[in-house]
Amino acid sequence: MSTTERRDAPASVPPRTDAGRRPGIASRYLTPKEPIPRAVAVGLALSSFVVVVGIWAILSYGGFVREFFLPGPWKVAKALYTMFADEGFARDVWASFYRIGIGFLVSAAIAIPLGIAIGSFRAIQAFFEPLIAAVRYMPASAFIPLLIIWFGIGNTEKVAVIYIGLFFPLTLMVADVSANIPKELLHIAYTLGASRWQVFRKVLLPASWPGVVDNLRIGMGWAWTYLIVAELVAASTGIGHVILSASRFLQTEHIIAGILTIGALGLLTDAFFRWLYRFLFPYAERVGR
Amino acid sequence: MSSIVARGVSMVFPTRNGDVRALDDVTVEIPDSHFACIVGASGCGKSTLLNIMAGLIRPTAGTIHVGDRPVEAPGADRGMVFQSYTLYPWLRVRENVEFGPSLKGVSKTDRRRTANRLLEEMGLTEFARAYPRELSGGMKQRVAIARALANDPEVLLMDEPFGALDALTRAAAQRFLTDIWEQHRRTIAFVTHDIDEAIYLGDNVFVMSRRPGRIQEIVEIDIPRPRSLDDIGTPRFAELKHHILSLIFQEMGQDGGEPERP
Repeated sequence: MSTTERRDAPASVPPRTDAGRRPGIASRYLTPKEPIPRAVAVGLALSSFVVVVGIWAILSYGGFVREFFLPGPWKVAKALYTMFADEGFARDVWASFYRIGIGFLVSAAIAIPLGIAIGSFRAIQAFFEPLIAAVRYMPASAFIPLLIIWFGIGNTEKVAVIYIGLFFPLTLMVADVSANIPKELLHIAYTLGASRWQVFRKVLLPASWPGVVDNLRIGMGWAWTYLIVAELVAASTGIGHVILSASRFLQTEHIIAGILTIGALGLLTDAFFRWLYRFLFPYAERVGR
Repeated sequence: MSSIVARGVSMVFPTRNGDVRALDDVTVEIPDSHFACIVGASGCGKSTLLNIMAGLIRPTAGTIHVGDRPVEAPGADRGMVFQSYTLYPWLRVRENVEFGPSLKGVSKTDRRRTANRLLEEMGLTEFARAYPRELSGGMKQRVAIARALANDPEVLLMDEPFGALDALTRAAAQRFLTDIWEQHRRTIAFVTHDIDEAIYLGDNVFVMSRRPGRIQEIVEIDIPRPRSLDDIGTPRFAELKHHILSLIFQEMGQDGGEPERP
């Protein structure tokens, strides 16, 4: 933590072994922790997808795996098209999205203030933390049968599953964020004349926001998992429901198309939260994994 | 302006392995407008003493007075600068400096005027709109000092403020702090484990003994001000340094402790 963090610091030069010779590929791209050109990074990222699709194509078109088990990429793409064009898949995607949205918002709306309170005030921590830590180890999917009895198989049940899956770990992670705010930041505020309330509002809260948003992004990933599990168990709409019906009719390509759709939506929400982070916290160092 | 007086301050921290006595009956008097450096081996309780002066820790026994008022809680009359970078990352440099006055409800124009003046003194005018992460370590500490001064405190408490800086930046920061002190003339309590730094900056150097911390000796630094780099090579400087070091070593030799590397 000294002068290395200045923005005008020059990039360090990877060590050259043989003087005079042009650096080879290894020293250019495989020096630990050295940056690589953006074009190369993008190219590598794209080629990883190409490789996976390529292996998939070889396995299916090459006749190594029977089409029933692994239909080729083209067949899956066509299935995805018919699902959206003729089978009203967009309605199912929307149904899933809606449930995630509500479940996520309700969880976050309670988990964020509670988490910050737990992380900031020892008394509140002592009351809530053991309980939440215990409930956290009860898997949300185990609650599904109970929630079906309570709420049926409609949206309420789905939202409840997401809520149970998300709320407890999210609360503890937000609590961690605010508990880890360096005490010196608070002490400085006191010596600058801040009251306890001012320290909370003007230091603890703003210091916590970046970590909170980052944890929301991670929580979104869990929300997708819990939703699909809930939809697989019992649902009349939603991506999980479509996947399960396809399985009943042995339409492997529809199953794979459904899974890929979830992946794409996950990427989309992740990108949204990364953007939100950069938009809200231009001063922050970087976004975590 | 005010003096800082600690009388009979003791601090006992309860731990699982019994009580740890960090400070034992420490009495310190830093006269008005004096620059006092507090040195000692690590773990001698010098930072604890500073935190007690700030009101961040309540002593087990004893009292602190700043001017004629007893210290019971932290307050805006005692500005503090820590070793770690404690700027608020979400506030721009100017907003960091304005933080103290804004808590007190000082009007925006007055706040701005104070911040602009201080940033100019610190040579940071062009960074007023930057975020802390865009600054080097030395610049961050200058902003931290400006932030403390913006409240117009009676005393400044500094806990190894230059401890995280590299040697060159640190030397520049020390010169800079003497300049600021000449202009603002605050009473300063400056904790450090760098003896050179203490002699270069201080009117007095309070040498603390190892745990439990006591004031072992008050060494008056009679090198005339303004001081410069040339003073560091003088025989008088070497003599003072030798004297302070021998106080610390003699004390350490008894239980085989090691000095903290500066």
